[in-house]
Amino acid sequence: MSEFRISRRQFMHGAGAMGASGLLAGASTPALAAGVTLGIVYVGPRDDFGWNQAHAVAIKGLKAVAGVKAVEEENVPETDACSKSMESMVNLDGANIVLGTSFGYFTPFMIDLAKKYPKVEFRHAAPLWDGSKHPKNLGSYFGYLNQAHYVNGVAAGLSTKSNKLGFVAAKPIASVLSNINSFLLGARKVNPNAVVQVIFTGDWSLPVREAEATNALVDAGCDVITCHVDGPKVVIETAEKRGVKSCGHNASQAPLAPKGFLTGAEYKWETIYKIYADKVAKGEPLPNMLAGGYDTDMVMNTPFGAGASEEARKAATAAIADLKAKKPIYVGPLKDNKGNLVIDKTYDNYDPYLDQMNYLLEGVIGSIT
Amino acid sequence: MEPSPWRGVLQRLRRDSEYIAIPVIALVISAVAFSLFLLAIGKAPLVFFELVHRGGFGSAFSIQNTLQRAAPLIFTALAVAIPARIGLVMIGGEGALVIGGFTSAAIAIPMLDRISPMPTLMIMALVGALTGGVWIGLAGFLRHARGVNETISSLLLTYIGIAVMNFFVEGALRDLTNPNKPSTKPLGDAYMVGKIPGTDVHWGFAAGILIAILLHILMTRTTFGFAARVTGGNPRAAMAQGLPVGKLIVICSMLAGACAGLAGFFEVAAIQGRANASIAAGYGFTGILVSFLARHNPIAIIVVAIMFGGIVASGGLVQRRMDLPDATVLVLQGMTFVILLVSETLYGRFAFFRIDEGRDRT
Repeated sequence: MSEFRISRRQFMHGAGAMGASGLLAGASTPALAAGVTLGIVYVGPRDDFGWNQAHAVAIKGLKAVAGVKAVEEENVPETDACSKSMESMVNLDGANIVLGTSFGYFTPFMIDLAKKYPKVEFRHAAPLWDGSKHPKNLGSYFGYLNQAHYVNGVAAGLSTKSNKLGFVAAKPIASVLSNINSFLLGARKVNPNAVVQVIFTGDWSLPVREAEATNALVDAGCDVITCHVDGPKVVIETAEKRGVKSCGHNASQAPLAPKGFLTGAEYKWETIYKIYADKVAKGEPLPNMLAGGYDTDMVMNTPFGAGASEEARKAATAAIADLKAKKPIYVGPLKDNKGNLVIDKTYDNYDPYLDQMNYLLEGVIGSIT
Repeated sequence: MEPSPWRGVLQRLRRDSEYIAIPVIALVISAVAFSLFLLAIGKAPLVFFELVHRGGFGSAFSIQNTLQRAAPLIFTALAVAIPARIGLVMIGGEGALVIGGFTSAAIAIPMLDRISPMPTLMIMALVGALTGGVWIGLAGFLRHARGVNETISSLLLTYIGIAVMNFFVEGALRDLTNPNKPSTKPLGDAYMVGKIPGTDVHWGFAAGILIAILLHILMTRTTFGFAARVTGGNPRAAMAQGLPVGKLIVICSMLAGACAGLAGFFEVAAIQGRANASIAAGYGFTGILVSFLARHNPIAIIVVAIMFGGIVASGGLVQRRMDLPDATVLVLQGMTFVILLVSETLYGRFAFFRIDEGRDRT
């Protein structure tokens, strides 16, 4: 088993290097001055087909930039283990920027570390930094993945025959709800009869329950399945096995569903990591808050899979162009699925009001309580 | 002829050295086996062991890193060791840790800013130990009163414990200012357990050592400990002798749960500052390993926990420098565990360690 794991890792390593050499040939990224060491800590394995892999893929790309050294550590729990891992990167590897990618790393661990090592820059992958409370060498970065879920929805809306789309979600928190609602709005844009049925599993990584939820959704008549869980592998594989179409989340799951894959919502962390490395190399201050969506090249969609029709491809590509032009997703007025008016007007895609989402829009079948 | 008084001491030393020699030999064998594994995947074993040394023990930073990781393991290993002495295989430390940590955080909420930090922390620790104790005590009680297998019931209680915490943390006790990670209200810096002066290691480590020593004395130097060990040897015989077997079982289980509950208290009050799903980090399960490796001896637990802390502390450096997956350290732990368990069968088989007491008298 471990032999297999390693050979797969080595394969991915090779694949990453190949991609990187292509990148260098393009010469789109200038070589950086020596002396940037970036440390990154993951909460799960680097090859989870999900959240951690999305970061690891970006780091592979970054490692190819001349003068940048990146050190990684996987499976680090959200305890003092994470602060010790980060400190070890600072003390033993000489890291000058340290990235934490799991929610629970921020409070209290990264806040304390930033105070303890004022010369090291710390950045965390969730919008938690607050300038009035937190050190200046700490900050947040994230991507508005809901924009890519909106594109998923467009592709799904044109691929469904039953007009029922399934969504396997982890917890009913704001970022998850925003992805579900954006997926619905994408589908409704091209198919006003589409509905989204959602099942919450209750936690970020519950493979057995994710498989059960996927099966239940397919049994209920959903013929496109997507998800927001840490590792979408089980959901996508189960959907493929059941012969329905699927949209991905976090990283590319295209290889898992050779027949039914439409497209997937992916982060493009590489854009952010290259900005960081570039600024550290030049000695410029790092932004405390760095976030964006399609218009700043921080999210993307997985290249279309075999399940996507010509029509779906065209509409999804058009939706991407709209998002790059900052066209709003939340066009009001909109009601939630209990009949309350929740979106009173049209909101910009980055309006902070949308970050506080605690409802499911009309057209979503499911409940957050 | 009178035998020299030193002879007995020397003999006893020779006999006791078996408890050091066999684990050391087992560790050496595991190191060799693991080296073969590394060679098979094309990595240099010497680099690995050098990194384990540097990352776990090589500098002041590394040693503190190690000790900090050892702290919860001492408690959770004691939670396995004490019931083991009375013949129970209790593996529910994780649940007692979570319940202890959660209840200590919950009891603190109404006290914050009303009662000063020191008494608050005392009450939190007491509550954590008490609820943890009740949790494992329950498994002990079921064992004695209903004959329920304590291994299974304590394991199942772990899942119940985590679910109970999640229920409250995501519901009634949730801190609404923190929309994305369900947690209880933060304690705040003033209400946190501090670090041992001059180090980066919290007081939980010192407390763990103190409690391990106290429990060692309790189990080896008191009538209670004697009665518990007799019960562990043969519960029926103990009962025939009139020992209160049921009481002993429940008390040992509660002591065990209290240790795990204290681990939870320190996770909340020294590390996280709040109760949330992160306190279920698996220390309760690693503690099982530590206790078995230490042969359920509280003093040996301290040593083994530090050894484990060092391996885990260096795991990151190994990942980063050798480009090995995190699972490498698990392979090492697994190999060591199996080989040490096998080595258990060797006790008493070597003539060198045996004392023939009969010879002196004839």
